[in-house]
Amino acid sequence: MLTSAPFFPPRASALAREIDFLFFTTLGIAVVFSTLIAVLLVTFAVKFRRRSPSEVGREMTGSTLPLELTWTIIPFLIMMGVFAWGTKIYFEASRPPANAKQFWVVGKQWMWKIEHPDGKREINELHVPINVPIKITLTSEDVIHNFAVPAMRVKADVVPGRYTTLWFEADRLGTFHLFCSQYCGAEHSKMTGKVVVMEPTEYEKWLASGGASTVQTTVATGEQLFAAKACNTCHRADSTARAPMLWGLLGRTVKLLDGQTVVADESYVRESILNPAAKVVAGYQPIMPTFKGQLSEEEVIQLINYIRSLKAAESESAR
Amino acid sequence: MSALPTDPVAPQPKKNYLNAEYGVFSWLLTRDHKRIAILYLFSVSIFFMLGGLMAVLIRMELATPAGDLVEPDIYNRLFTMHGVLMIFFFLIPAIPAVLGNFLIPIMIGAKDLAFPKINLLSWYLYVAGGLFTLWALIHGGVDTGWTFYAPLSTTYSNTWVLPVGIGIFINGFSSILTGLNFIVTIHRMRAPGMTWFRMPLFVWSHYATSLIQVLGTPVLAITVLLLAAERIFHVGIFDPKLGGDPVLFQHLFWFYSHPAVYIMILPAMGVVSELIAAFSRKKVFGYHFVAFASVAIAVLGFLVWAHHMFVAGISVYAATVFSILSMLVAVPSAVKVFNWTATLYKGSVSWETPMLYAIGFIGLFTIGGLTGVMLATLGIDIHVHDTYFIVAHFHYIMVGGAIMGYLGGLHYWWPKITGKMYPVFLSKLSALVIFIGFNVTFAPQFVLGYLGMPRRYHAYPEEFQVLNVMSSAGATILGVGYLMPLLYFVWAMRYGKDAPANPWGAVGLEWQIPSPPPTENFHEIPVVTHDAYEYEKPSLKEAPVVG
Amino acid sequence: MSADTHHENAAPLAHHFESYEQQRESASLGMWLFLGQEIMFFGGLFMVYILYRWMYPHAFAEASNMLNVQLGTFNTAVLIGSSLTMALAVRASQTGQSRKIVLFLILTMILGTTFLGVKAFEYHHKWEEHLIPGSSFAFEGKDPAHSQMFFFLYFAMTGLHALHMIVGLGLLAWLCFPAWKGRFSAENHNYVEGVGLYWHFVDIVWIFLFPLLYLIGRKGA
Repeated sequence: MLTSAPFFPPRASALAREIDFLFFTTLGIAVVFSTLIAVLLVTFAVKFRRRSPSEVGREMTGSTLPLELTWTIIPFLIMMGVFAWGTKIYFEASRPPANAKQFWVVGKQWMWKIEHPDGKREINELHVPINVPIKITLTSEDVIHNFAVPAMRVKADVVPGRYTTLWFEADRLGTFHLFCSQYCGAEHSKMTGKVVVMEPTEYEKWLASGGASTVQTTVATGEQLFAAKACNTCHRADSTARAPMLWGLLGRTVKLLDGQTVVADESYVRESILNPAAKVVAGYQPIMPTFKGQLSEEEVIQLINYIRSLKAAESESAR
Repeated sequence: MSALPTDPVAPQPKKNYLNAEYGVFSWLLTRDHKRIAILYLFSVSIFFMLGGLMAVLIRMELATPAGDLVEPDIYNRLFTMHGVLMIFFFLIPAIPAVLGNFLIPIMIGAKDLAFPKINLLSWYLYVAGGLFTLWALIHGGVDTGWTFYAPLSTTYSNTWVLPVGIGIFINGFSSILTGLNFIVTIHRMRAPGMTWFRMPLFVWSHYATSLIQVLGTPVLAITVLLLAAERIFHVGIFDPKLGGDPVLFQHLFWFYSHPAVYIMILPAMGVVSELIAAFSRKKVFGYHFVAFASVAIAVLGFLVWAHHMFVAGISVYAATVFSILSMLVAVPSAVKVFNWTATLYKGSVSWETPMLYAIGFIGLFTIGGLTGVMLATLGIDIHVHDTYFIVAHFHYIMVGGAIMGYLGGLHYWWPKITGKMYPVFLSKLSALVIFIGFNVTFAPQFVLGYLGMPRRYHAYPEEFQVLNVMSSAGATILGVGYLMPLLYFVWAMRYGKDAPANPWGAVGLEWQIPSPPPTENFHEIPVVTHDAYEYEKPSLKEAPVVG
Repeated sequence: MSADTHHENAAPLAHHFESYEQQRESASLGMWLFLGQEIMFFGGLFMVYILYRWMYPHAFAEASNMLNVQLGTFNTAVLIGSSLTMALAVRASQTGQSRKIVLFLILTMILGTTFLGVKAFEYHHKWEEHLIPGSSFAFEGKDPAHSQMFFFLYFAMTGLHALHMIVGLGLLAWLCFPAWKGRFSAENHNYVEGVGLYWHFVDIVWIFLFPLLYLIGRKGA
């Protein structure tokens, strides 16, 4: 059941509680200052109201500097405190824990296509287990969208041509709103959905269900694609290999032809498939053709999941 | 001359700028900054009403959770055009082009702006830009949001993006030329003795605004051109399918559009400084600090644009830098609020209509500004970005701030501009109606935003209805409040009492010339011998200026 | 300050100014501010170019090699020369030598027109090579999408620059008339100075455009 509350959405994660704490504290500070100004204005306006038509005000004698410094420095310090607190939360919200489960979301006008780590797909609904960190990598097929879950207090723009990420860990069971929060055209208001938090056992049961269709795992699909697109003609283990080996790639630090080093994350793999000339690995030639226009975003996701699953032993045998 | 009792009603001078010449062409080809201000007054009012009509329709739709008043396509055009018209054709020009144009030369003791013909050209560019936009509106409008994010605006929207883009482009040059005119005027045409630190704070804030207009608007111009190029020629600049980067559009767009909000608020702050001084009969507390704060806001305002992009995929380190800079830009605004409040202390405060607007401004701007600091806080923005919290924040500043400042200025200088007084009771009543209507409309939106209701939604979950109904009810009250000045100002032009040269007993060069002023403002350029707002020393005289 | 009454001025004292000095200084400040906003205008485009060049260096270098460096260098020399003749025109106007003003204005116009002629030739050549962005674009490179982006930026930046030059040529032509009639003098030459400032600005924009567009990735064949 969707819960409603007067001033804030349900708090379904630890981050939500932290953000609420920060918000209501700063709101309190704001109320204090606004009230102070309002009270001062009204008090002065009444106390010093004009008593005769020719009356004028009386200037303050002495320097205004001490007062100016006071009301400049104190608000500044308060803001710096708020800034530090907010930044800490933002950094936490940007860094999923290493054991987070990798979900994928592809947004398009006007629906959400969601993929679980094992490949199970959903439309406009995201079922997750409670107390498990969930990392979502998002991209769009068309315009910029935004994946927003108010109950978790998280959102991220969903941008075509690149990946963005968000993560959360639900600590409360229930069904919560999912909104598209970046205007994306005619049916923007209808691009909504649900996040359903379940007990882990319920979640496993739900994953296993799915009706008659034997949904192939994402890794198996990715493996088929890898062969169908002839990736394995160059990315192979034998001595004629013209391309780097891909097992253990995700998370590895890679040295590039131009001397730079990068960490190979999902964005790196996606870029290497769609724009291979951008980051050529040191020791290799820029001969990989681009697959731009030949793969949908979902197919890229399958390939990444397949590459992630590769282990050294498997790649020894030529395919 | 004295600043003390209001002058007895003087007989209307024979010739003033309004009756100096008659005929349509004497207005359409005028070089007089005061007539150009009147031309702007009429045109910005038209755009305000159009934008307001769209707001009414939006709030009517949002009174129910289902999208049942208009089709989604129409709703999307409504909020887009509301934003475009209000921002580009009302908020940005209104105070500078109406009040700034009229008053800046007079306040510094000049006969006109530095470039009167360019001033007129600015008005024609404004009208031309407006006509393009109206043409687009009549033919169906645009549905991309006033922010025109790519690739929605470059590739996916099939509405009149180009005509509106052209309209905004042309209007941009109107803004640039006005800013250029003001800067040169303030540098070169101050009367003898009118040093920088003797100028009214209204002039200081317009100087700061003009800096932003001249330096920021060209970036919008090139952004619009690039958007048009991608739309027409399908070259990849912002569309990733063609090799472009959509986030680049956001950087270019916000590089102008953030400073633009300071174009919208700084002039209103200048008005408020004048009102607080006049209706406390006291020099603005910390004059130098307020003057420098205006320039600081203009400079810092150029450094914070990516706070609109905290969840757009920028790096966390960039976000941190922009967050701290956004907090910094709040400091000079806070300094102003404290200084205005301190001005009332030991002042001689009267509750005339302009002062009601000024006090309303300070309260509402403080709320809007503090919610801005909350938005600059990264941890909070994640949750409320692109929700009604943002909508409430900027309406508190733009409507609770800028529009109240504009109305306050209009009520203060109306006698000077038209030579007529407006009905006092009605004016105070409408100020109150506006204040109440405004808060009932926008305060619930803060709550809606924190609850998660996204912006630009034409249908929403049922649990948000109560707050939306409150907001729509407030909008009705606000609408009535805005209609009232429209009616009584027009009534006053014909039936209002004649206004004396100095109805408020205020200090300033504009109050030493007749109401309405003669075309050349001053027969002889005054020689200024004292600071602004010298209420305490009325015995100091300025060079006689016979109206 | 006495009004210059012994011969007609190109810019008589306007009613709202108190002195020629005020009028002149206002015009000068106005022109500087106008150029300031032009810098921001071109600056936006330069930022786009710099960003994409940084992101796609190989595609940009490949595309840039299709430009004709010799013609670009020639044009740079022509434009610098035109700034020289323009400066000489301003100098002549400061001393009221009307024949010389007109001579140097005409020389500047000739050089400016030469520049535009060469650019027209270059554009035509690009059209023949199918390098105009759009449906007819054809480029054999590793990254045609981003090479096309280079060409779009090339045409946008040089095109905007050429547009400003055409306006400049119009201003120069307009100046010839009062110059011929002897209306410029020591006290009254701000129009020539203003147009001179504008012309120098257009020159400086090219001096940035030329290396950014023509000279990247040229380490020698």
